[in-house]
Amino acid sequence: MAKEFFRSIYVVTYREILRFIRERSRLISAFLMPIMFLVVFGAGFNRLIGEISPGVDFIQFMFPGILAMTVVMGSLFSALSIVWDREFGFLKELLIAPLSRTGIILGKALGGALTSSIRGLILLGFAPVIGINITPALVIKLIPMILLLSITLSGVGFVIAARMRSQQGFQGIMNFVFFPIIFLSGVFFPLTSTPNIIQTLSKFNPMTYGVDALRQIFFNDLNVIDKNIQPIGIEIFGHITTVWENITILSVIGIILMMIATWMFSKQE
Amino acid sequence: MQIIEVKNLYKSYKKIEAVKGISFSVNQGEIFGFLGPNGAGKTTTINVLCTLLKQSSGEAYLDNLEISRNQGEIRKRIGLVFQDTTLDDYLTAEENIKFHGYAYNMPKNLLAQRTENLLKMMDLWDRRKENVRSYSGGMKRRLEIARGLLHLPKVLFLDEPTLGLDPQTRRKIWDHINEIRLKDKITIFMTTHYMDEAENCNRIAIIDHGKIIALNSPEGLKIDLGGDTVEITTENVSEAEKEIKSLNLKPTITNNNISFQVPNGNEFLPNFVQNFQQKIISIELRRPTLDDVFISLTGKAIREQNQSSTDQMRSWRNRRGMGGSR
Repeated sequence: MAKEFFRSIYVVTYREILRFIRERSRLISAFLMPIMFLVVFGAGFNRLIGEISPGVDFIQFMFPGILAMTVVMGSLFSALSIVWDREFGFLKELLIAPLSRTGIILGKALGGALTSSIRGLILLGFAPVIGINITPALVIKLIPMILLLSITLSGVGFVIAARMRSQQGFQGIMNFVFFPIIFLSGVFFPLTSTPNIIQTLSKFNPMTYGVDALRQIFFNDLNVIDKNIQPIGIEIFGHITTVWENITILSVIGIILMMIATWMFSKQE
Repeated sequence: MQIIEVKNLYKSYKKIEAVKGISFSVNQGEIFGFLGPNGAGKTTTINVLCTLLKQSSGEAYLDNLEISRNQGEIRKRIGLVFQDTTLDDYLTAEENIKFHGYAYNMPKNLLAQRTENLLKMMDLWDRRKENVRSYSGGMKRRLEIARGLLHLPKVLFLDEPTLGLDPQTRRKIWDHINEIRLKDKITIFMTTHYMDEAENCNRIAIIDHGKIIALNSPEGLKIDLGGDTVEITTENVSEAEKEIKSLNLKPTITNNNISFQVPNGNEFLPNFVQNFQQKIISIELRRPTLDDVFISLTGKAIREQNQSSTDQMRSWRNRRGMGGSR
């Protein structure tokens, strides 16, 4: 049983990575998207906005957010790819094999997380170009955080994908799930400077905790901050969260989403 | 020895009863066919037998294991080729096969050896490094059959194995299937609505509206029909029907054609033509085909309903599939 479970994770992850390498459009977008964001935001907005708070300029504030966005887009897409697999039949090959259903879902999530990390690492590789120094120690701290964020957000994708039969609903998903998740997470602006309603909504968004955790890791490493004045930490009932609290919240949401997703899949197919 | 045994199997979806109490058994090593029009319950039955669906009631055994209670064990023992392709288009043929081998936990040596044997047998060895996307319909189907056989299953399920393929490719695929069956001694359970394809079976169950209405060898089914088939076209169908009935024969009518069975056609025909009152436009005497069997059992031709609708839908789906790359 356990053997079957781990083999399921392994084979599905293996395929996800193989496909990532195979699909040229995905590989190219993995390179181009971060460059595009950095050029647009780095060159454009940075001059316009300047320092977001003492000691932190806009680009430094934004960079962890763009990293989170790159990762989340990758993981949501790979979770939703299960809809493609269903429509083009490959899902049947998985369902008919002696594999565990939970293992299949977790394998998809892990495959998505690993490919998202590759996207993330590519982005980190470009960081020095816009004047952000990346140390090896920072990268090592970021990787587990990227994996956690990716797996949790792929949970969102799976819960949506479980009910979807075709790609037709995809546009709707983009508008009603994808953009709200990204825009209501503090990627582009400090949440503390937004209206109350947005602040409240953002606290229900798992990505918010991921963005903030990444940002805190970055700022700690850059050593530029006086903790009390920076726009970091999510306020929950008057308490400002630390990195570890963010990680805990993200993990709990991730586990719950994954449980719902595997339950939905085992029930349907 | 029986490899599959089905007892009083029912399967209903929310409102529709797709399979209404069927019982049959399949012998080890035979090709067993399910023949019937679309919507007769063929695919539903296969999905129950291969653990994709749970029956509403009744029992189904494969290799002496109750299927719904031993899904994991059953899955190791069966191979499947579905109506619609289940290959990963973005991977090469070899990668698709390799994935299957990993998923079925095959030892490395066996996987390498089976891959080579099967791909060579299917004439795909030289093109194993190519993306499946570049494959033709026939090649894809051959690859799927190779993949279905990779893990040495006891039963290979073929759901409409040659649907939508041209006659030449269909014949080729059947040559491959027969070759493998003799070599690996496996049981094949297939569904089809092509009559000529059904001729490949050792035994056929004819299924219509969720029930098995006949089960025999193709020859047996034709003999049961009673001799030769006479098919006539006349100007006045209803009068002709009355007259044929008066001769103690059982006519079936499809599209202004009247067909019936007689024990000894060659001797019957001259007499019949001489005495028949209605004007005969054309007359044909032939050995019965499975089509005749089907018509006489269900009162309709199997060709009429399908091909048009499903094949069209399928080709539309395939076209759409090609356009919708990620």
